[in-house]
Formats: sequence, C-alpha cells, structure tokens
Amino acid sequence: MFIKHATIERNAILLLVLALGAISVGGLVEIIPLFTIETTVEHVKGMRPYTPLEQEGRDIYIREGCYLCHSQMIRALKDEVERYGHYSLAAESMYDHPFQWGSRRIGPDLARVGGKYSSDWHYAHLKNPQALVPESLMPHYAFLADSALSYDNITDKLHTLRAVGVPYTDEQITNARLDLETQANALADPAALLARYPKAVSVPGNAKTVTELDALVAYLQVLGTEVDFAGTNEESLQQ
Amino acid sequence: MPTKIEKDSHTGTETTGHVWDGIRELNTPLPKWWLYVFLATVVWSAGYFLLYPSIPLGGHYWKGLWGYSSRGDAMAGVAAIHEQHAAAMEQIAKTPIADVEKDPKLMQTALVAGRITFANNCQPCHGQNGSGRVGYPALGDDVWLWGGKLADLETTLTHGIRSGDPDARVSQMPAFGTDGTLKPEQIQQVADYVGIWWGLTGKDVDTKAGAAIYAENCVACHGEKGEGNRDAGAPPLNSKVHLLDGTRASIVAQVTHPQMGVMPNWNTRLDPATLKSVALYVHSLGGGE
Repeated sequence: MFIKHATIERNAILLLVLALGAISVGGLVEIIPLFTIETTVEHVKGMRPYTPLEQEGRDIYIREGCYLCHSQMIRALKDEVERYGHYSLAAESMYDHPFQWGSRRIGPDLARVGGKYSSDWHYAHLKNPQALVPESLMPHYAFLADSALSYDNITDKLHTLRAVGVPYTDEQITNARLDLETQANALADPAALLARYPKAVSVPGNAKTVTELDALVAYLQVLGTEVDFAGTNEESLQQ
Repeated sequence: MPTKIEKDSHTGTETTGHVWDGIRELNTPLPKWWLYVFLATVVWSAGYFLLYPSIPLGGHYWKGLWGYSSRGDAMAGVAAIHEQHAAAMEQIAKTPIADVEKDPKLMQTALVAGRITFANNCQPCHGQNGSGRVGYPALGDDVWLWGGKLADLETTLTHGIRSGDPDARVSQMPAFGTDGTLKPEQIQQVADYVGIWWGLTGKDVDTKAGAAIYAENCVACHGEKGEGNRDAGAPPLNSKVHLLDGTRASIVAQVTHPQMGVMPNWNTRLDPATLKSVALYVHSLGGGE
C-alpha cells in the first residue's frame, strides 16, 4: 500500500477527501446510469407541458399541501393497477418541477384522477367532501371558490419553467394569459387552447373571475390523461 | 501512539496495537460462521446479478437471464386476475339477466362484481349504497324515473340518460320561465300547487290558479295526480322522494329553467357482463321491481 492506514488516520484533510471519494462511488454508480440508459424516461406519445391554468392549479395543490395526503404514483403492483389504472411512468412526471409523487396515502392516489369524475363533481367535492363521500377525512376547500386566482406572473412562470427544461413554445408563452382565461370560461371557444394544449379540459367557472378552485379542478382533470396508452406498446415500457 | 501488537494475557487474543490513555483494544477475529455467511452472500450476489436486471451498459442495461421486470410482473398479475374472473363473467354475459338471479352462485358473483363496480363508478354521484343526493336520484327506494325492473336498469346503465348515446334515455322539460311560456307569478302559483304534495303549501292558500296552470302545462308528462310518467322520463311529483332539495324555491327554479341530469353511457367503459352485474346490484338495493 502506497498510503499507509496510519498516514490516512493521522491526516484529517486526507481522510476527508478519501472518505468523500469512497462515498461518492456509491451514489455515482446509482445515479449516472439513469442519465445514460435510454429507457429511464419512457418514450411515449401525448405528454405536453401543463396549460397555464393547470400550472396555476398545480401551485395551489402544492400550496394547500394536497401531496401530504394524496400520492401521485401508481406503483407497478397488480392491486394498484386494478384500482387506479396503468402504473405511473417516469415520462408522466417529466414536466413536473418538482414531481408530486408523495409518500403518504391518507386519501386515494390521484395520478389518474383526470376524467374519472365530472368537473361539477370536483367543485362540489372540494367545497364539501363529506357531502359526497360521508366517510371522507378531507378538509373543506370552499374558500378556494371565493379566492380570485392571482396570475399576473403567469408569463414569467412559464419562462422560468422553460429555463429548467419544460418545452414551452414562444407561442404558448405569449398566449399564456389568454389560454388561462379561456380554460376557466366554459363559454369561450377553446379551439386555440386545444391546438396548443391537446386534451385541456375547460372548467365551468363563474364567468366573472378566475378562482383558485377553477385552477385546481383544471389541474386535477388533466392528471394521468395525457399519455396515449392505446398507441404505446406495453412491452416497450417494461424495464 | 505506540503500535505494538501484543498478545493479551487474559484472553489470549492479539491487541490492535492502539493505546489510548492506557486502554488497549482486542483485535478479536470475526466469528467463522459470520465470515462464511458473508462470503456466501457475495457468491449469491454474483448469481443475482446474472439472473436479474443489474449492470448498466451505456445506453442499455443487463436485463438478466430470467428477464424479470417488476412492471411486467404487475401486468401479468392483472391479466391473471382477469382470467380468473373470465369464466364467471362469461357465464353472466350469456345468461339473460332475469335468469342470473335463479342461479345463487352466479348471482353472488354478480353482486360482488356489481358492488365493487358501483363503488368505483356510481357512488361519487349516487352516494353510498345508492343513497342519492340533490340532483342525483337515490337508488334504494321505490321511486324510479325510468323504471326499476332489471331490464330497465340494464338499459339505463348501458346507454345512459341524455348521454349522447343514440339509444340513451332522453326527455326534456321545457324552460317555462326563460322561454316565457309562464309568467313569474304563474310559476309561483304552480309552485304553490305542486307544494301541496310536498307539504309546503298551507291549507289557507288558494291553489285554484296553480291547478289550472298545472292542468294545462304539466299534466301531459307528470300526470293528473303528479304520478309521473316513466315512458316520458317525467319524475313523479306527488312523492316526497325527488331530485330537488325540497324547498319551494327549488320548484320555482326548476319550472323557470330546469336542471336535467346526465348519466354517462357506461357501455364505453364497462363490458356487458359488468353492466349486468351492476344492474343486479342496484336492483338488490331495495327498490328493485
């Protein structure tokens, strides 16, 4: 041995550097392959960035701490697939900063809640969950219906997300405010919105102000609906 | 720090040679059994690496000789569950709905399938055990909008109500208020008349005008005594079991600009055997005819 054990133990800096190196190996061999292996993030059709309203709803979701009780991660276990639908893919969180996988399920998993209930149901349920599900432990979020959504910085928000890798186009960023208001108004023509963001669900709203509840429902309604599973070969997802 | 390795006189084991404040440490060797188990796990890991997905290889990774994948495993499990159900569900599919009831074992399967499917898909609107809520009919009572026989239930479940399905059940109540057919005061009068059935209208209220308006506009669908008409999908009005919240204001609102419920056509999401099971389950809730 060219460095004696006694030498290392008697030199604090050398011990620190070598310990750091040894520990890093453990991390690096686990992390680096995830960047090189092509199937780490599956190649699937249909994923798109969140619409401005969904993005705002996502921020409300985080602000209210929904992730503390709801996971967004259907594990590859048959019981979960039976109950919630197709297991979650890495590709489905690739535009999430940060992802909302969560680690507790006091309420049900929400990874594929989009489209499972009507928007009206979500409005009623968020205002008073026990009115629809008597045994529910969920708190009431009726106040969201009275809170006007603050979206003055939506354009900056999309710019920031683009800086960290979400592929918003210039067109999507320019029209952010318009798209947000369109999606929160059931009477508005959603054609342009849908061209920019396929499958975006317009929420009923109250036609006067865009509320935080509108944003949250729009977000919930898109969860897990984007990937085109019919056009995906199940074999290609297996890893 | 002296590093003199010496034999401990008490135990006969060598010391590490380190001395701190006069305290020396024994260099007791690992127990043999522990060492061999450790070496065995090292050998085991080599086999594990070979059989299971393990080593990253640039853009790919070693998939293992057994080709195991946790995702594939989960999907195979799901397929196995479906296969397990397939025999019973096929039998339910080919048995006419009325005959399923006659086979206790088949009926039991159908009720379990129906209950689980109901809890997942129907409960959000119709409530637990079909208890219903404002705007969404209760399913455990004797009052039916479109009929409570097994065949009626199966049709409603399959094609839905105002769902856009070509065979959906469709009815339309005119918007008497917004269309201007009735004046606001006439709507108040007819609400007084309908309110008799719900115990909302006192005996001292004169309901003659309301009765006349009812006879002219409402009888055709809702019937002379407010008994409703299932063929037209007109709910009975003389029952305290109804879709509104039971206030006079709700009657006025309904006559002015009616709310008409929508039920999805489940044939796009559930297979015929499951639909049949749900019909049997709903029929069993207490109101089945």
